[in-house]
Amino acid sequence: MKETKNIMIVGVGGQGTLLTSRILGGITVAAGYDVKLSEVHGMAQRGGSVVTFVRYGEKVAEPIVEEGQADVLIAFERLEALRYAHFLKKDGVIVVNDHRIDPITVVTGMAEYPDNIIENLEKEHKVLKVKAMEEALKLGNSKVFNIIVLGVAAKHMDFSKEAWLEVIEKTVPPKTVEINKQAFLLGFEG
Amino acid sequence: MNETKIMLGNEAIARGAYEAGVKVSAAYPGTPSTEISENVVKYPEIYCEWSPNEKVAMEVAIGASISGVRSMASMKHVGVNVASDPLYTISYGGVNGGLVLVAADDPGLYSSQNEQDTRCVARAAMVPVLEPSDSQEAKDFVKYAFTLSEKYDTPIIVRTTTRLAHSQGPVTMEERIVPEDKAYVRNPAKFVMMPGNAKGRHVFVEKRLKDMAADACEMPINRVEMNDTKIGFITSGIAYQYVKEACPNASVLKLGLVHPLPRKLIEDFASKVDTLYIFEELEPVFEEQIKSWGINCIGKEIFTVQGEYSANMIRKTILKEEVDGKAAAAVPARPPILCPGCPHRSVYSVLNKLKIHAAGDIGCYTLGAVAPLSVVDTTVCMGASISTLHGMEKAKGKEYIKNWVAVIGDSTFMHTGVNSLMNMVYNQGTGTVMILDNSTTGMTGHQDHAATGKTLMGETVPAIDIPNLCRAMGIKNVVEVNAFDIVTLEKVIKEEVAKDEVSVIITKSPCVLLKGNKFTTKCKPVEDKCKKCGACLRPGCPALTKKADGTIAIDATMCNGCGLCMQLCKFGAIEKVEA
Repeated sequence: MKETKNIMIVGVGGQGTLLTSRILGGITVAAGYDVKLSEVHGMAQRGGSVVTFVRYGEKVAEPIVEEGQADVLIAFERLEALRYAHFLKKDGVIVVNDHRIDPITVVTGMAEYPDNIIENLEKEHKVLKVKAMEEALKLGNSKVFNIIVLGVAAKHMDFSKEAWLEVIEKTVPPKTVEINKQAFLLGFEG
Repeated sequence: MNETKIMLGNEAIARGAYEAGVKVSAAYPGTPSTEISENVVKYPEIYCEWSPNEKVAMEVAIGASISGVRSMASMKHVGVNVASDPLYTISYGGVNGGLVLVAADDPGLYSSQNEQDTRCVARAAMVPVLEPSDSQEAKDFVKYAFTLSEKYDTPIIVRTTTRLAHSQGPVTMEERIVPEDKAYVRNPAKFVMMPGNAKGRHVFVEKRLKDMAADACEMPINRVEMNDTKIGFITSGIAYQYVKEACPNASVLKLGLVHPLPRKLIEDFASKVDTLYIFEELEPVFEEQIKSWGINCIGKEIFTVQGEYSANMIRKTILKEEVDGKAAAAVPARPPILCPGCPHRSVYSVLNKLKIHAAGDIGCYTLGAVAPLSVVDTTVCMGASISTLHGMEKAKGKEYIKNWVAVIGDSTFMHTGVNSLMNMVYNQGTGTVMILDNSTTGMTGHQDHAATGKTLMGETVPAIDIPNLCRAMGIKNVVEVNAFDIVTLEKVIKEEVAKDEVSVIITKSPCVLLKGNKFTTKCKPVEDKCKKCGACLRPGCPALTKKADGTIAIDATMCNGCGLCMQLCKFGAIEKVEA
């Protein structure tokens, strides 16, 4: 692989972008790549718009993905997919959780939540949508929705199912290994 | 072969301290420095603590150094201001065991009240600064800092930025090597900084910096990468990575020691390149010094002093490249907000109803400044809420502050708020202080402090009793209220602000994100009872949304069952159900 791969994970603070980026980081290291991740901690995490970057390849310098460079945009919420869509390369892929969380600006009536986000994104990009929240509730834990979304995104990366399951086992809290594996497979094989 | 791990910059700093044989580490939490201590604690060989503030942390590290062991203090950039008093003077005194201060700057203001550049503080304090550019260097530079500290008899600052502190990259592990403790020998000329002694030390400090600047030309952490000589960059830290990304073939002088500067090395590099760019985030610290030596270079003429840099910035300004990508879509902003079930929201909903202004402080509760709560009018720095309210009273009189309170968190109160409260008592203020006690340092991710009863190393200790501490100051009106009991809260606030005496109202309810919290109930709309009045929506809980027909929906995956919306509904249209 000559070119560095650029992946972004975007969502709302508290949705588990950090855990997801750590699984991604883990699998790229296991595959022998140089990797850099960049995360958001602190105030921005409190229900704000958050973005983490994962870059891997032979040699990676900067830890951030810039406008027009992302190969895969993993979005845990529709509005956040739209907010960061301009970071995608022309042939980049969006994997979006078909879920709505109103920002405070919408709750207070200062702004309107845009209609038809996914339909509009589909006009310009390849979009894979997944109703991960509903699927996760069926598994019995709404929190694992992010791993379902990761499973869908993983179809667009070059790592084996076994490698993913191994790194999930190493990264998530021990008590949640099984449900996270189930969630991943639901996305990956679904 | 040594093991390689992927590590956060802050995790690598902790590893560096471990490998360098550090025995004492002290800190106050602050983004983006917090995870340093949270990783140091994983090494049982190191004593580590959360101190009540950065000044104390710095002094603890200084004491350990004087006693003869390697020690470290870590804090965010504005924490360095709090610690600057001991820092400026220990610069004169120097060290016995190696002494390192890790200072984390925040270009781009991800979680800070200003964008100051620690290099400016370091120049004023005459303390050398190292700046790593990735996780591996973060570890290596911390170790090297201890060597330099002992060699040159100086505290050393290791400066990081948010992007470095919160990025992960591979790091190769090495063994911990603990140098033998230095013998303690009484030496007042070095460690008693009264005028007669300090005069001599000032001479020493100036010479020390000159010596280091000369030696810096040979230090391996200042590195010349000669390539195409049409363009040359002088850069450091994370900015170096952006240069390598955008211009892999340009010549680069990468500075690891960013204060003092290696003048000869810089002059030599500058003479070999056609156009020299100085690429440094925040202040023109390199640029102003380099220009003062008569060297032609381009810096802040084209690069901003604000925010973070990027590779695209170089592509646009120097390479004149069209950067790919469309314009960002116009979408509603999503600023940070208080969590669903946050006790601060409940307190602010009452203050908002009573039209009371709040002199605010630093913490999650600063978010009470924004709509719809719009209660907090001022935020300056840690502990400032109480003292600014006192200043308003002294300027405008006690009647003026009858519709004002100071709001401060428990950790911030222990940090420096307590001093401000002493002042209010001593100088006959009549302000009302609300301590929003959520039993933790919330914003930075839940660290213990002196009033929680737990230490960083996990020991159970007697918790400082905040109500009794206030009473011990002579305050008669100390009232404790459950943050979610809005009826009592409203009554108490009205009573206390009306008094011509200092009052402290402590609202006690744990942070909703604290581990071990169990939520057994959730709020749920009751069909057909909603009158669409919007009272429940007023505090801006993110779990509540207004449906197209004007009634409300509550997101069960977000609701923590605090019941604030239920209390605000006059029509019984919200009920609590089992989670």
